Amino acid sequence: MQFEKSRNRRSILAGLGVAAVGLSFTTVGCSEKSSTGIGGEENKLNFYNWDTYIGETTLADFAKASGVQVNMSLFATNDEMFAKLKAGNPGFDVVVPSNEFVERMAKADMLIPLDHAKIPNKKNIAPEFLDPDYDPGRRYSMPYTWLVVGIGYRKSKVNTTPDSWKWVYDSDLYKGRIAMMSESADLIRLGARYLGKSMIGLDQASIDQVRDMLIRQKPNIKTFHEDNGQDLLLAGDVDLVMEYNGDIAQVMQEDADLAFVIPKEGGLINSDTLVIPKGAPRVDNAHKFINFLLDAEVGKHISETILYPTPNAAAKALMPASYRDNPVIFPSGAGMDASQYGRFDGAETQAAFEEAITKMRAA
Amino acid sequence: MAGEAWRQERGTLAATLGPPLFWLVVFFLVPLAVVWGYSFGENVGLTDIRISGTFANYARALEPLYLGIMAKSIGMAALTTLICLVVGFPVALAITFASDRAKTWLLLLVMLPFWTNLLIRTYALIAVLRTEGYVNWTLEFLWNRLGSIWSLEPFVPLNLLHNNAAVLFGLVYVHLPFMILPLYAALDRLDRSLIEASLDLGAGHFRTMMQIVVPIALPGILSGILITFIPALGAYLTPDLLGGPDSQMIANVIERQFKRANDWPFGAALSFLLLYLTFILIAFQALMQRRQAAQ
Repeated sequence: MQFEKSRNRRSILAGLGVAAVGLSFTTVGCSEKSSTGIGGEENKLNFYNWDTYIGETTLADFAKASGVQVNMSLFATNDEMFAKLKAGNPGFDVVVPSNEFVERMAKADMLIPLDHAKIPNKKNIAPEFLDPDYDPGRRYSMPYTWLVVGIGYRKSKVNTTPDSWKWVYDSDLYKGRIAMMSESADLIRLGARYLGKSMIGLDQASIDQVRDMLIRQKPNIKTFHEDNGQDLLLAGDVDLVMEYNGDIAQVMQEDADLAFVIPKEGGLINSDTLVIPKGAPRVDNAHKFINFLLDAEVGKHISETILYPTPNAAAKALMPASYRDNPVIFPSGAGMDASQYGRFDGAETQAAFEEAITKMRAA
Repeated sequence: MAGEAWRQERGTLAATLGPPLFWLVVFFLVPLAVVWGYSFGENVGLTDIRISGTFANYARALEPLYLGIMAKSIGMAALTTLICLVVGFPVALAITFASDRAKTWLLLLVMLPFWTNLLIRTYALIAVLRTEGYVNWTLEFLWNRLGSIWSLEPFVPLNLLHNNAAVLFGLVYVHLPFMILPLYAALDRLDRSLIEASLDLGAGHFRTMMQIVVPIALPGILSGILITFIPALGAYLTPDLLGGPDSQMIANVIERQFKRANDWPFGAALSFLLLYLTFILIAFQALMQRRQAAQ
């Protein structure tokens, strides 16, 4: 089955509650004696990451370079990671939340500010990623990858390039061949974007307006997918799918009839980042590790494995043209220019998104 | 007396009962009590819950929106249970009439699906039902064979996945063993001579079934219904993966409260409503059994 092949951090585990147990390679936070390195910290590190989201030899390379052994545990969704850390850090030193969760965790005082002096490889990061709205001045986070939500489609089954959100939100042309994301915030905000609103700071009236549009559109939608949209597209279950560019790029390698477009109204940009959570037992090692991941060669190796867009300019320069110039991995044009980062607008807004989608699904 | 021997051996009793009791209290009752406490709480900031004794979560859970989803879930679970009963009863009966050797194998076959994780089995169902899945593939093959004899319209794949029927199919598929096993246990204890007597005295097969077998097996039937209905009511993986835009069930809503919505108190209230409902059903079953025992 396709989902075994894809190298995707979101496809297999994501959204599937069964997998939400959080696989762990080694016991996290165990206090066995081990040799201490410079700075008095023991030579280990607990890394909490998405599945298949690191280079094949990256952890071993870090152990060779620094003597620090990395234990990696996996999570499938930001919510799962947040739920685990919200009850108190069980011993993780470095975590990989998406941008909106960086905001959320910073607001909840769950992050340690980074010491930029200990991360000289920050210089490798492309300038446009150095001062994002979700983390001004990169106080808490370093960018690891980025993604953008657009429309993946089957070329032979569409009349024209579906370069507007209209085709999935507000049209019966592709009735029964559309899969939308089930993520409430993304669904509402991109709908608002189609209606010409900002994705940030939506009020209840706008949320209701998008909800009503989705209720009208529901008979045309085949399913709300659990981040496995690329599998639905590849298997021919649907012909248009709202999905991340990295996910579609992977299935495009298997099927030349697939393509990806960012609608002209703009997509939603997402960035996964490296942070140090409050209560991390080995802050020094954590800085060392983050610095290591931002190295050009290391970043190149990671990108080769996971094929996601990298914000690391030095690593990107080392990659082959098939990656650097891939219009799906690195989209450009009007749609990309109109794309925005999402913002965490507080618990009330999130609850309003959630209730609107529950209502829409029940309607 | 055996009872007195037990009373004298307090130590043995404590040693036998102690560990499971400890397990039950520490890993089941205490966490459950914590979640029960949450259901009377409210969110403070992004990470904390204050248990303030509010009933606001229950009030919200009883809004028409959530009651409607609850009713729909009960309907789906009831339909699942009914289909499982109709399909499972003959299967269970057939197993009781099989030879001892065959019985073992047949029961093993019933339990075989449990050896595979539910998630994997659900993905297998997706592969079977999807537009270019095995069912449609087979149908298309047959259609084209026929098409080479008569001229037919081109084959249009059936929509088997991503709708409520697919969810129902998945739920029945998953829960059928839960129905067959208690039914089998009840039917296997049945005194065969009663069936023979009924048939000898002139009752037909159907009448014998309805007036002799079903009343005697009623406790087993009730257990089967309960043990199928309760997990079906709480299913969320199946509607998530096999369902379409309309297939949301109450457990999906609860899951979202604990994850995306980050509203544990409301999620706790919804899950406890489900739990209260389960308690009522179990109490009802106990009542029925007591009444039957009294007869």
